[in-house]
Amino acid sequence: MNIIITIAVTALVVLYAGLFKAKKALLPLTLLGLLVSLGFTVCSWDQPTVHFGMMQIDNFALAFAGISIIGTFLIFLLTQRYFAENSPNVAEYFTLILFALCGIVIMVSYKNLSMLFIGVEIMSVCLYILAGIRKLNFASNEASLKYFLMGAFSTGFLLFGIALIYGATGSFDIDVIQNVLVNSVSNVSPLFYPGIILMMVGLCFKVGAAPFHFWTPDVYEGSPSLITAFMSTVVKTAGFAAFLRLFAGAFEPLHDFWMPALMVIVIITLCLGNITALYQKNFKRMLAYSSISHAGYLLFSLVVLTANSASNVLVYAAAYTFASIVAFAVLINVKQKTGSDDIESFNGLAKRNPLAALALTIAMLSLAGIPLTAGFIGKYVMFLNVLENYQIILVVIAILNALVGFYYYFRVIIAVYFKEGKEIELDTPMQYKVVLVVSTIVILLLGVYPSFILNLI
Amino acid sequence: MELLILIFLPLVGAIATALFAKQNTAKVAALAFSIFSLAVAIGLLCKFTPDASTQFEVNFEWIKQLGINFHLGLDGISMITVLLTNVLTPLIILSSYKHEYKNANAFYALILFMQTGLLLVFTALDAFLFYIGWEAALIPIYFICATWGGKDRIKVNMKFFVYTIAGSLFMLLGIIYLYLQNPANNFELAEFYKLELDNVQQGWIFWAFFIAFAIKMPIFPFHTWQPDTYTTAPTPGTMLLSGIMLKMGIYGVIRWLLPIVPHGVQDWSCVVMLLAVIGVVYAAIIAFMQKDAKRLVAYSSISHVGLIAAGIFTLSHQGLQGSMVQMLSHGINVIGLFFVLDIIQSRLGTNKVDELGGLAKVAPQLAITFLIILLGTVALPGTNGFIGEFLLLMSVYNYNACLGAVAGLTIIFGAVYMFRSYQKIMLGETNALTASFKDINGTEKVVLYTICALIIVIGVYPKPLLQISDASVQHLLEQINHKLTGVN
Repeated sequence: MNIIITIAVTALVVLYAGLFKAKKALLPLTLLGLLVSLGFTVCSWDQPTVHFGMMQIDNFALAFAGISIIGTFLIFLLTQRYFAENSPNVAEYFTLILFALCGIVIMVSYKNLSMLFIGVEIMSVCLYILAGIRKLNFASNEASLKYFLMGAFSTGFLLFGIALIYGATGSFDIDVIQNVLVNSVSNVSPLFYPGIILMMVGLCFKVGAAPFHFWTPDVYEGSPSLITAFMSTVVKTAGFAAFLRLFAGAFEPLHDFWMPALMVIVIITLCLGNITALYQKNFKRMLAYSSISHAGYLLFSLVVLTANSASNVLVYAAAYTFASIVAFAVLINVKQKTGSDDIESFNGLAKRNPLAALALTIAMLSLAGIPLTAGFIGKYVMFLNVLENYQIILVVIAILNALVGFYYYFRVIIAVYFKEGKEIELDTPMQYKVVLVVSTIVILLLGVYPSFILNLI
Repeated sequence: MELLILIFLPLVGAIATALFAKQNTAKVAALAFSIFSLAVAIGLLCKFTPDASTQFEVNFEWIKQLGINFHLGLDGISMITVLLTNVLTPLIILSSYKHEYKNANAFYALILFMQTGLLLVFTALDAFLFYIGWEAALIPIYFICATWGGKDRIKVNMKFFVYTIAGSLFMLLGIIYLYLQNPANNFELAEFYKLELDNVQQGWIFWAFFIAFAIKMPIFPFHTWQPDTYTTAPTPGTMLLSGIMLKMGIYGVIRWLLPIVPHGVQDWSCVVMLLAVIGVVYAAIIAFMQKDAKRLVAYSSISHVGLIAAGIFTLSHQGLQGSMVQMLSHGINVIGLFFVLDIIQSRLGTNKVDELGGLAKVAPQLAITFLIILLGTVALPGTNGFIGEFLLLMSVYNYNACLGAVAGLTIIFGAVYMFRSYQKIMLGETNALTASFKDINGTEKVVLYTICALIIVIGVYPKPLLQISDASVQHLLEQINHKLTGVN
């Protein structure tokens, strides 16, 4: 609980600091607030508590909250100069991101479906504004409007699903719902089936799984890059935590009912995300489609539910978050110099910027899933889990998709190292270097010695 | 402990070279580290007792939750491949001394990094570790070939990379499957040997592994990446690929495929033998047609490897022993050939046999050493190629006389295309291009003389070499036969 309070208070303080023109204090204040909340996260480890029957702060919630806070922290480190160049309202940016993080912490720790809805809404409303915060930019406006319309639509699905589940059980509490299902698994109320499907659609929309992904590429491309980084890493991870909490917990007894539907979604997501990513010239758009395909891999853990599902999602999400942040950091840096976010603008990057080039390469190798990087361990545990249950066809499809993935991630590496280009020299601020170095080390560490994160929850 | 030093010395060397070496000191540092690791390997060889046991074992938990151990060990079969790696790496580095590569420290660091990957593959007793080594060897060679390669290097190496990684992903699938069958819940090779899989399972596992190995070697029809990759790669890259890396595939077959799924091997060996022998003849014919000497050697390599594969799949003592010797000999000979071509290329700017001629007159030392390497390649008695090729052909002949006869053509074909190109390059009259050719000197002499010495020494007295792996091969065959007769 004190995690949420700390983040919310930080957000308010930052807002007031902005009001009184204390521009220099904004970033330190935010980072301090995040560090304190991260401290609370670590301190509450192994001490599960339930607050007002609404929120359950267990290790699952803490682990995902921790990853989200660290991801946000790294993204904030990248804000130096970035927002000042993009908009006069720096404090609003900071506040909105912090409030979105608040919603995310609620999303990963809800015990009551009404809290799920509130968490999703707090997060989404902040993101609608953030996507459109470059008021005079056409693409940014388009992104915001698209995101808002589609998001509102999907929230409707989610809410309708919650209502049906309530109708079937008379409760919003996920433990009560689970009990009802366990006790009546042979003749469950027919309201459950549409309820589950509607909630699945709503959540698939939030995590960007096909065929509910149509907003992703446009919104990712149109939003400011840093917001895209936030959306594609922290927000996505939170979406999966929420998904997992509900479907691996409350709806687990009906696994046989919703698993086939989810499996179809997974296969479409994987193939569509990867194959479309192959044809992208724009780096941001490519990352958007690749994030769709990663959603597919993450959903593996729900198709085959085991004791390790949550831990696998955590590993995969951590790997994906760090790699994506590196990719976006380099992208922002390159775009400041070249003004373009096409893959071609990376041509010849390695000649003058060995650090950025190396970090980007390791990030791409990790996203592709090459051994000794975190991404490999993430994919490996997913494959292992699915194979354990003899879903060999699914793994073969996943492997073919991984191959396609190699192809487009390597296009970036090829551009960075082997293509001739303008020899631009990036001017990389200290914070960027810190983010690049730290993230790269984490990626390699998770890849070489993942023991400390496996089975964390 | 010694084994850990062996594995990680090149890695330390790679990091040191990448971080601290300057453009001009990188090659010296890399050479020093590779010679150190050669010394470590020779130290291990002296302590090694040539029986069937696994020695110098290192075993500790790596990723406990997933049942993955860092388990290494050496037996006779691994010993040969470790020797191959550590003898050839210094030679390869030395052979690049005359070239100035851009970003030399990165270049040499990648070579050393690859050495670690290769040594992991050759000593791993844990399937997961084996897979890690397998990929760890691929990434550096991709970067070596794609950064310092010739024309079309990006496209060619992308094909190479996607090909090999496709194979290895299916191997990973096979490894995970075996792990899930294993009641001990780990990736130990010894546990995998004990598994009792039925014939259908064995068939699937066989193909999952075999495709990965076949792409690496490469066996016909999985070879299409190879000629282009060899031709466009910088010469040290070609040497690493052909001299050491393709042996990963052969080693994989011997260590992982034969003993784990002997029934699968038995069921499919006729298909593999047929493919291998087709490859032998097909590659030889194509080699015969080549105008570019580097491409010719690339195809001749497919031809030789096809014979090694055929020998292994006979599941006979001669076949396996022949393949062990031939792995080493082929590695030595092929880097010798590529080095000679590199010398010619760097002085004259061409490898087209038709444009050359008369080099023997202006460069007698090059001509002599080239001739010795060539004789080794065509397996003249008294050179290193003979003993291996003889054992392999005998085993294939015993398996099936027709196949043996067809495979035997490789000797004749090999002699024809090799001597024909020798004649065109070295003999005859010099032309405008070749008249001012300078003979070998300095490091080139060191490399070529070492290679020639190895060719002759192994050719005249191969017994100690055969002894290293003899007991291990015998033990392996007993294991396989036990499984084959035990289950039925």
